[in-house]
Amino acid sequence: MGAEVFEPITASLASGGEEAGVSHGILVVNVAPSAVEAAARALRNRFGFDVFLDVTAIDWIGQSPRFEVVWHFYSTEHKVRVRLKTRVPESAPTVASLTPLYGSAAFMERECHDMYGIGFAGNADLRPILLYEGFEGHPLRKDYPKEREQPLVPYRDWVASERGGD
Amino acid sequence: MTMDPRTIPIHPEGGTKSAAFEYISTKKDELVGWARKFSIFPYPFVTACCAMEFMAVSSSPYDTDRFGAALPRFSPRQSDLLMVVGTVTHKQAPILLKVYEQMCEPKWVMAFGVCATSGGFYQNYAALPGIDRVIPVDIYIPGCPPRPETVIDGIMRLQDKIARAKHPIITKDF
Repeated sequence: MGAEVFEPITASLASGGEEAGVSHGILVVNVAPSAVEAAARALRNRFGFDVFLDVTAIDWIGQSPRFEVVWHFYSTEHKVRVRLKTRVPESAPTVASLTPLYGSAAFMERECHDMYGIGFAGNADLRPILLYEGFEGHPLRKDYPKEREQPLVPYRDWVASERGGD
Repeated sequence: MTMDPRTIPIHPEGGTKSAAFEYISTKKDELVGWARKFSIFPYPFVTACCAMEFMAVSSSPYDTDRFGAALPRFSPRQSDLLMVVGTVTHKQAPILLKVYEQMCEPKWVMAFGVCATSGGFYQNYAALPGIDRVIPVDIYIPGCPPRPETVIDGIMRLQDKIARAKHPIITKDF
């Protein structure tokens, strides 16, 4: 299922020789960071992908470019999903915001910014949504220490004395 | 060392009281403790999956009204027992502290389940590793989630603790 739907999409999005293929029934296309907005616009306007499912990231620590940003789109007309992927470096982890195309992208981009520190150029409101003001770092990055706590309420005295006052 | 306001000594420092006064005040503590241990109005601070077990223990087969602990008060100002049921995150800790501070003395705190007790299996950026880092806890109930029998055991141990405690209605200035 979906092969006849995917053919014109693949021809359009991967016209420049980008890596593309079907994985578990989902069309996966690797695009350049600069091509993400155009690809999403084509998916929405030409191919009927009207639902923005999610945007998240993967921290491939040690690799270069370090981060992989992943978008999922769904078509209620064709009942198929498309996954867009792109790689961004640690020095400038920024991609274009898809909020002009999909309003529902705003909160998911905020969450991705919370957890991975990915910037979304064009999203005016990247305040913390799951974390709180003053939280340092991005907890789903692989180099965030697992045991690092950033409490909002100071711990009671016995905790400090038990730990030797660290 | 700071004194817990719940255990303010009846006798002033260096003061002397007669044996009759001590007898009366001890009997008074027993009487007040007996009354208070059967009127634990809980405030459920329910945040996570332990809520299902809280509903189970609140249901009629377990009948916590035997212990006077069945009627939840949904205002901290009217309740005696703060039941923290479920994981508390760092983001939620200020809310928990505010609820605790709104409760009137005397008040007790129950950590219901391992997440409230110690953070449970969470050790990460989000979860508070035990509510006793923020507020004092009187009784810890282990389990993920605890069985209703465990909760009832915890309530009974808390009753013992209340019965044995001092209940300073009259202060050291008396």
